[in-house]
Amino acid sequence: MMSQLFPNVIWSDMVVAMIETFYMTLLALLGTFIFGIMLGLLLYLTSPGGVWQNKIINLIVATIVNVFRAIPFVILILLLFPFTDFLIGTLRGPNAALPALIIGSAPFYARLVEIGLREVDKGVIEAAKSMGAKTSTIIFKVLLKESTPALVSGLTVTAIALIGYTAVAGIIGAGGLGDYAYYYGFQRRSYDVVFMCTILIVIIVFIFQFIGDALTNKLDKR
Amino acid sequence: MITIKQLSKVFQTNSTEIQAVNALDLSIDKGEIFGVIGYSGAGKSTFVRLINRLEEPTSGQVTIDNQEITSLSKKDLRLSRQEIGMIFQHFNLLWSRTVRENIMFPLEIAGLSKQERLKRADELIGLVGLAGREDAYPSQLSGGQKQRVGIARALANNPKVLLCDEATSALDPETTDSILSLLVDINEKLGLTIILITHEMHVIQKICHRVAVMEDGSVVEKGNVMDVFSHPQQPVTKKFVEQVMGKPDDELADESILNQIDQGKLLRLHFVGETASQTTISQVAKKFDVDLNILHGNVKQTQSGAYGTLFVQITGDDKEIGEAISFITSTSVQVEVK
Repeated sequence: MMSQLFPNVIWSDMVVAMIETFYMTLLALLGTFIFGIMLGLLLYLTSPGGVWQNKIINLIVATIVNVFRAIPFVILILLLFPFTDFLIGTLRGPNAALPALIIGSAPFYARLVEIGLREVDKGVIEAAKSMGAKTSTIIFKVLLKESTPALVSGLTVTAIALIGYTAVAGIIGAGGLGDYAYYYGFQRRSYDVVFMCTILIVIIVFIFQFIGDALTNKLDKR
Repeated sequence: MITIKQLSKVFQTNSTEIQAVNALDLSIDKGEIFGVIGYSGAGKSTFVRLINRLEEPTSGQVTIDNQEITSLSKKDLRLSRQEIGMIFQHFNLLWSRTVRENIMFPLEIAGLSKQERLKRADELIGLVGLAGREDAYPSQLSGGQKQRVGIARALANNPKVLLCDEATSALDPETTDSILSLLVDINEKLGLTIILITHEMHVIQKICHRVAVMEDGSVVEKGNVMDVFSHPQQPVTKKFVEQVMGKPDDELADESILNQIDQGKLLRLHFVGETASQTTISQVAKKFDVDLNILHGNVKQTQSGAYGTLFVQITGDDKEIGEAISFITSTSVQVEVK
């Protein structure tokens, strides 16, 4: 029945494309998490009233974050071609998509991290200070720990945006379901292939959303 | 034990300067419960934050146990903060940690081993009466229980001083009482010095030994709780005393009570301090052939005994009444015949 509904779909190719999409999403998510937390912390800590209050650094970081968030992702990929070529040594395949994916989504996640950190009760930070906590203790054991549910739900939102980005990256040859839908589906007028890719991407999105929600609920002790 | 000299804090806003604490002098003895009372905006919360430098003083000195807090480096300040416990109005617990883990947090900061932390946390859980709740999260606790966790956490590193910033202001009256008796308990058991900030006079009345009244960043009146209660000098102090004692009895009671008296005499008994005990009344009744009728009264218990007044109608033989009155005069109860 499946071969009647989807005559042009080659299932083994689909599996490969799906694995590529997962691969790009997960690795990019890891990079986004690391850079996003760093940038978000920097934004929060250097803001007025923060532990490292510093107008100039705050302005620089905020500007970088805003500029990269302002660039449409398709253009960002093109803009980063020389950088990607230098870093990865090729412009094709899932690995070549990673720099653009991370640079595209880390600033977005950084803002979500900043919002999550702002939600941490100032009184708790004051209490930690009154116990003689070092700044590093406050960052790791109070700020990041207390905002974990917000950081995880922010990461879920970012992951779903990232899945969209991987599809865009596919158009210029990054591999994955977007790539497959464009070259093997759209260009050959095999719309059943496009449709199957869509279904699989939606399933992947649902998986990420489900895991993210479950994790957030489990971590939230408020 | 704690000496505060000319302590000042000025907050600089864009256009104006706000003098939150103004050249404050205070000395607090070891082992006492010292209350600081004032209306909101009087600068009392800023004052308590200057003691452990959560706010940096603009000028002045704070010395605790011969260590000048105000001249410490950041690193030394962190170490000495471990010896100054603090509890807060809104408890400020880490909600991602259980009761036990919250209490272990200051011990982690102090660098104790996991074993020592667990042992100490269990002692403290017993001390503040939270046994059985050690694995609960703060969101599962009532306000009073949260403050108990706050107290246990503040005591974890065996501090010399406990700072209480409006520690009972977010609690209902009954819970307030239980937290206050816990504080007295700790004060007596551990000999801990407690500095307590509040805007509620009954908190001062119930547990403090001495009190300072703050207004506009300055201490306008200070002394033993009993003295301040019986002879408030400043208008703001009088208002606070009224919070607990009601309007002065003289105005309220004299006229109307005098009208009710058709025989005998009206006595106004004034109880002040430790030896004042209400057995005086029963002693008079036993020793002399008189009848006593309590008409109106207001007596409060403080850390140093009872304080208040009673209006008593005394009837009987004039001679017996005269002897009874001179007997009361010989006790520490002050008597006034109306």
